[in-house]
Parts: sequence; structure tokens; C-alpha cells
Amino acid sequence: MSSSEKSSSPGLKPFMAMVRREFAGYFRTPLAYVFLAVFNAFAVSLAFFVGGLYESGIASLDRFFLYHPWLWAFLAPAAGARLWAEERRQGTIELLLTWPITVWQAALGKFLAAWLFLACALLMTVPVALTVGWLGDPDWGVIIAGYAGSLLCAGACLGIAAIASALTRSQVIAFVTGFLACFVLVLVGYGVFDELLAGLLGSAGVDEVRRFGLWRNLEPFTLGLVDVRPIAYFLSVAFAGLGLSTIIVERR
Amino acid sequence: MPLIEAKNLSKSYGAIRAVRSVSFTVDRGEVVGFLGPNGAGKSTTMKMLTGHLRADEGASVIAGFDVADQAVQAKQHLGYSPEGAPAYGEMTVREFLRFAADLRGLANPAESVRQTLELCRLNEVAAQTIDTLSKGYRMRVGFAQAVIHDPEVLILDEPTDGLDPNQKFEVRRILKEMAARKAVIVSTHILEEVGELCTRVIVIAKGEVRCDESRDKFLARGSDLNAVFRQLTA
Repeated sequence: MSSSEKSSSPGLKPFMAMVRREFAGYFRTPLAYVFLAVFNAFAVSLAFFVGGLYESGIASLDRFFLYHPWLWAFLAPAAGARLWAEERRQGTIELLLTWPITVWQAALGKFLAAWLFLACALLMTVPVALTVGWLGDPDWGVIIAGYAGSLLCAGACLGIAAIASALTRSQVIAFVTGFLACFVLVLVGYGVFDELLAGLLGSAGVDEVRRFGLWRNLEPFTLGLVDVRPIAYFLSVAFAGLGLSTIIVERR
Repeated sequence: MPLIEAKNLSKSYGAIRAVRSVSFTVDRGEVVGFLGPNGAGKSTTMKMLTGHLRADEGASVIAGFDVADQAVQAKQHLGYSPEGAPAYGEMTVREFLRFAADLRGLANPAESVRQTLELCRLNEVAAQTIDTLSKGYRMRVGFAQAVIHDPEVLILDEPTDGLDPNQKFEVRRILKEMAARKAVIVSTHILEEVGELCTRVIVIAKGEVRCDESRDKFLARGSDLNAVFRQLTA
């Protein structure tokens, strides 16, 4: 503990420590396993029982990805609720903010860890793809694009969840507000909601608003179209959420 | 150069002026007892000193670095244990200290953790999760994360709060061992601690510094310290 032992240029070490702790944090409680189980159960049963993946007779996963905006809208806020709310509740935010790491580094570390956790949940659904591959002859490029799109969609929902979590010390409130905000983005682009909006904004306005729907941006991926615009959309929502949550924590 | 400088620190919560233009400096080798009734502004002042709260006015400087403008450098020289010694309850003591060491980018984190466990006599609970610890151990864990990098500046908010006499003795022993090389601020409302631990006393009430003097001068104010305290903070 002598002063000479102090590292002069810690580099990425503090940041990586942050990512490791946050990621491991998910698995310290049973919640992570419940989360992974719920995600898988819903992802698979929605695709097969609601989407009719099997009956369709088509070797494609578009009916599987169709429900991912709904899944992420619900589960990304569930995973993201703890990001800052838990720090506030335990009082550890006071430690974090007096340790030699910038709020931005801490926020990015937390965000990446949470995103990685969501990626794990997504990765566990690979057997669905394998099943389709066993039953038929799918286009694997399209399936990989679908997975990439879904992961980006998860990041966008997580960005929103991060804002909700930065605003409160209650994980429940963080989850509910995060879910409601994501839910709106899911609804944008669905028929009934569009009609409602058309009454307010006119049809031209609805077309504009529809661009911001989660499914509208995820759909091209599930068809194998990797376009810049949806990628930019998901990443902007994710980073806007990350940035805003950082500002909220900094200004407290 | 003083290791801690508070320059006209002020903070309001809405209409309440919690801290009003508080200034002082602390040099190496000093242990300052920060006294005051509850709600006097002790914790708020400490939070501004450590960079957790942004001051409305004024500045705080740690080891020559402004905590607002050169936050990371200032915080490298700072060890801080907030009131109630918060910690990540789901981690074990060893994991938590390792995280603190890694986050501070220490060159040899494993060795720092080992030495700190030893110093704070935490070895026997090192593998326990912090949530399962008694209050005495929890406070020591909070203290341990504050000293793991052997900082020049140590700021402790009520480090002996809720401890039994033996545990208090223990915390004071560790503090005394390391005090000569550091600038230390310890907030407390236990007046007896002043004589045993501190070299200097700052009394704060209603957000203002009411007295800032050496321990001996403070003790000479009267034999009944409680009466002295009441009179100073009235």
C-alpha cells in the first residue's frame, strides 16, 4: 500500500472492473436466472404458439423476431432497472462518485454489462434457429441479420431503461416507467395505434411517427436487409439514453 | 501546501441554506474532528469536499487538485467513507475490496486487498457477503475501501457511529497508526473522541463554522465538553 505501488496510468483497468462487476452482479441474485428463463419461454412460445412458426412451413425466423420488440420492451427495463436505482438505494452511488472514475465511464460500463447480459439471453434462443435449420433450409445470413437487429433493438430499449433508472431509487418505478416508454415505441407502427394517431396528426404525421417504431426498424433485419437507417436509429436511441442518464446522475 | 482546502463552500436545498461559506484548510499530520449537531451541515460539507455534491458556490481542493475541474486526480488522493458506510451488499468483503482496488487502478490489487484485510482485521469475514455482516464489520469494510490505496487525504463521516466500545477503540487505533502521514477529517458527535483522536477541532452549526482551533485550546474551554458544545452550537 505504499505510494510507489500506486499505478500512474490505470488505463482501461477501472472501466473493465466496472463492466465485470456489473455483469457478475446479474448472476449474484436468482433474478438473472429467472430473467433468462422467462425470456426464453416467451421468445419460444410466442414464435411457435402465437406466430405459428411451425405451421407456416417456412424455414425462416421472421415470426420469431416479430415479437422481439415486445420482449425487449418488457425485459430490457427489467434488466436495466437496477443500473442506477440500486446504487441510490444502497447509497453506493456516493462511493462510485467519489472513486476516480468519471460518471461517463461508470455509465458506459454499466450499460455495456447490461447489454451483454441481454445478449446472453438472446444467445440462448439459438436452438430455435437450429430447429429451423434442422427442419428446413433457411437463409443463415438472414437469420444472423435478424439476431443482430434484435440485439440493437435491445440496446435501444436499454437506453430508455437507463434514463428511467437514473431518475429514481426504486427499481420498481424504474421498471414501470422504462416499460411504458418502450411500450409506446412498440405500439408506434401498429394498426390500431396508428389510427388513433391519425386522428391527432393526420396521415402524413403518422408516417413520420411510424419511422420511430421499434418493429418498423427491426423488420428489415428479419428480411435480411441490413440498412444504415435502422442501425443509426437503434444506436441513437441507445446512446441518447446513455448520455441522458449520465447527465441526470451528474446533475443529481 | 495544505492537503485539504475548503474555499467558501455553500450549498442550499431549496430555501434552506445548509452550508454557508465554509472555509478551512487541513495539513498533513492533522486529524480534524468535525463536530456539530445533526443537520448542522457536516455531511453536506463533506460531500462537497469529496466531489459527491456540487457546491453552489466555492471550491474544494484535494492534494492540490480541484474536485470539480480535476475530479479524477483529486479522487485518486482521496479516501472517503460516507455516513453509514454504504457498500455493495451482495458482494463478499474480498470481492468488494478487490473491486475498489481495480477501480482505483492499483498496480498490485491482490496485495493491496491482502494488506487492507490485515490492517482492518477483516480476514475472518473476507469470504462473507457484506449483507450478512454485523454493523461493526460493515463500518470496518467502509473504512477499508477508503484506505486501500493509502490515500493522502482521508475523510470519514461518522466512522464510529453505532460501534461498541471495543470496535470504536479498534477504529481509533487504526486511524492513529496512519494519521501522521495523512490529512484526516473525522465527523462525529461523540465529544470524547476529540481528546483521544483529534489534533484539531472544527465546530459547525446552522451551516457555519463556529469554532476552528487546536484540540488543547478546545479542551481548555471547560471541563464539561457537553456544555461547551451546547454553547458553541446554540
